[in-house]
Amino acid sequence: MERRYLLGNEAIAHACLEAPVDFISGYPGTPSSEVIDELRARPDRRYYIEWSVNEKVALENALAAAWCGLRALCTMKHVGLNVAADPLMTSAYTGVTGGLVIMSADDPFAHSSQNEQDSRIYAKFAKIPCFDPSGIQEAHDMLGVAFEFSEETGLPVIFRPTTRICHSKGDVALGDPRDPERTGEFHKDPRQYVVIPAHTRLLHKKLNEKQEGVRKKLVGLGLNYAEIRGRDAVVASGIAASYVMEILPETTSFAKIGAYPIDRDWLESFVRRHERVLVIEELAPVVEEEVREVSGLVPVYGKMSGHAPMEGELSPALVAGIMKSAGFPSTRSFPEPAQVPDVPLRPPILCAGCMHRATFYAIRKVFRDGIFPSDIGCYTLGLQLGAVDTTICMGASITVASGMFHAGEKRDIVCTIGDSTFLHTGIQGLLNAVYNRATITVVILDNRTTAMTGHQPNPVSGYDACGFPTPPVSLEAICRSCGVSFVETIDPHNLNVMLQAFKDAKERPGVKVIIARHPCVINARRAGITGGRFRVDPDLCTGCSSCVRFGCPAIEKEGDKASITGSCSGCSVCAQICPVGAIVPGGKK
Amino acid sequence: MTGSFDVLIVGIGGQGTILASNILGGACLIEGRHVKGAETHGMAQRGGSVESHIRIDGQFGPLIAPGTAEVVLAFDMLEALRYSYYLKKGGVIVVNRQLVVPTSVFMQGLSKPTEEEVLQRLAPCRVCTIDAEHLAIEAGSPLTQNIVMLGAASHFLPLKPESLAEAVASLVPPKTLEVNRKAFDLGREAGVQCSSPVSP
Repeated sequence: MERRYLLGNEAIAHACLEAPVDFISGYPGTPSSEVIDELRARPDRRYYIEWSVNEKVALENALAAAWCGLRALCTMKHVGLNVAADPLMTSAYTGVTGGLVIMSADDPFAHSSQNEQDSRIYAKFAKIPCFDPSGIQEAHDMLGVAFEFSEETGLPVIFRPTTRICHSKGDVALGDPRDPERTGEFHKDPRQYVVIPAHTRLLHKKLNEKQEGVRKKLVGLGLNYAEIRGRDAVVASGIAASYVMEILPETTSFAKIGAYPIDRDWLESFVRRHERVLVIEELAPVVEEEVREVSGLVPVYGKMSGHAPMEGELSPALVAGIMKSAGFPSTRSFPEPAQVPDVPLRPPILCAGCMHRATFYAIRKVFRDGIFPSDIGCYTLGLQLGAVDTTICMGASITVASGMFHAGEKRDIVCTIGDSTFLHTGIQGLLNAVYNRATITVVILDNRTTAMTGHQPNPVSGYDACGFPTPPVSLEAICRSCGVSFVETIDPHNLNVMLQAFKDAKERPGVKVIIARHPCVINARRAGITGGRFRVDPDLCTGCSSCVRFGCPAIEKEGDKASITGSCSGCSVCAQICPVGAIVPGGKK
Repeated sequence: MTGSFDVLIVGIGGQGTILASNILGGACLIEGRHVKGAETHGMAQRGGSVESHIRIDGQFGPLIAPGTAEVVLAFDMLEALRYSYYLKKGGVIVVNRQLVVPTSVFMQGLSKPTEEEVLQRLAPCRVCTIDAEHLAIEAGSPLTQNIVMLGAASHFLPLKPESLAEAVASLVPPKTLEVNRKAFDLGREAGVQCSSPVSP
């Protein structure tokens, strides 16, 4: 047995090798991405693995593999499960023959997400089991169990780690990888796999009949366990359980929830033996609602009583505070130092030389009075540049733009969407906008990669998840085939050409597409491509700050003159912006 | 009490905080000890403020509570100040004498924080200041500043310097091994001046 210091997602990836898993699909999304990134990079891989174009596509592929008897893993972030919700809901009806585990990584505190939804509720909604690890080792150990459980019950299983598991690290005991030996083969059974009304009504009944057995089996597996130690009890799940375990006195009873649905009889017999019960969990009060259902006269504390927050993530200090406010003792109290005031914030920022910054600059220049719906990617940081007015979910820039146009908005509407997001769920919006005769400008920010989540390839990249060459899809051809007649491709580092393209688009009716194409500066640097650095000639600089307002992290101000740091990547856009020609090549580090 | 020794590494995305945390984790494994950690991934890494929590001997959650870190290892002075409230009474901040001014300060015309001002505000804490850039260049590459800082901090960690050096060797790219080894040694030398080490 090997012991290694691993990222949670790396430990989960290793558990896939141990299971072993035959088929892996997913769409990148923080905090889930590293599982596939880790597995796709292994030279000794014997499984099929893909980055799919979106989560619905990923789940349907994985479902098919599980129908063929393979063990399939499908990874996504929590909001990806919304995209995959359609196949998810009915996959419970059809069931699976090979194990199907859907890893939906939740993000309490929305560290890198647009909301704080709870995947456990999806599991309840779909009537499928959900595994909820409390730490990295457990996440690792649970995954194999999840596959076995899926195969035993014939149901897909949602595996739901959170950010503080996926992106935390720890010493993990690993098992040995095993070679996958299964070959997928589909056995026709229309009553199982063709969900016409006559079939689905029966399948629904069968699904409901499975539920009781699922609950009992989960108790039998020991994933939900309890220790009676006193009159007060704490019930906890997920990473919050590890915070509780650290500070729980030996005289307080403890129940750890690691899987759903929770068996009511088991829970009731635990809860009713106590005088008071406190529930500690992140996100929605899923466990708490179950506890309240069976608590009878036993008072229950938690989110619904106002003792624990309904939003955000928990921490050791917060958990100690909740226990204190509910009158439960803990073995440790935490100091409460105030955050340090008046330290300038350092939010994430588009890189020096990033093509998005130049594009946003040009959009703002040409469409001064415009409205700017945007989308999900690094370019959401265009918010700092005044070039992002809306973001709701993947693919919603073009649809929000056309909706605003049809709502009667008279100003220019210019939406931005990245290449990967456009291919994920943007195309339908474009098709719809053309079909319904909107007048909008769509800017596809094409940096040839899925940059924000760690530079995963997508269909424009020219290679697949494992590096095999694939024909790079033509965004121009897609847009034209949707019926767009104005499709211009420009290099955003050529400011004049880009400004002219935007001016041309501004004057025309209908849907116009501008593809702003330049490789991601991080990928370019990794490939050894960098431009020569620039510098400011202090004799020419008038201190007007035009370049500073451009917002590049390589541009600073020393006294009343601008200066350029060693992080310049040589994109030259600031030199094109400077009204007096004070920015010149020849910067050094 | 859990008995974990909590170290918070802070810096700016891209400065190598994750490698530094991997080295601490690796050293713990070399000594057969438990370790837990948490770090910033995803978009927050794009030049933003980042933090890595490392709990040596940690067996439960990965997060360090404010006011309880034994050591704050800061790759930037402003980040040292921002996270200094994580330090426990009597803890030590090991900080790189380098201050990258956030771009927003220039864009919004805010007053620029200076090194002197930050040092003054950090004065109530025990601070060990290291000129990591200078030492990294001396070692052979400015990219080894994170290893210099680890070397400097090694005096305050309950890990053997040999374990840390071994972890460095196993985690840096092989062709940079010598440069990184030198960076660690130079950092360790520079850290001596920061008074007596904490007894493990």
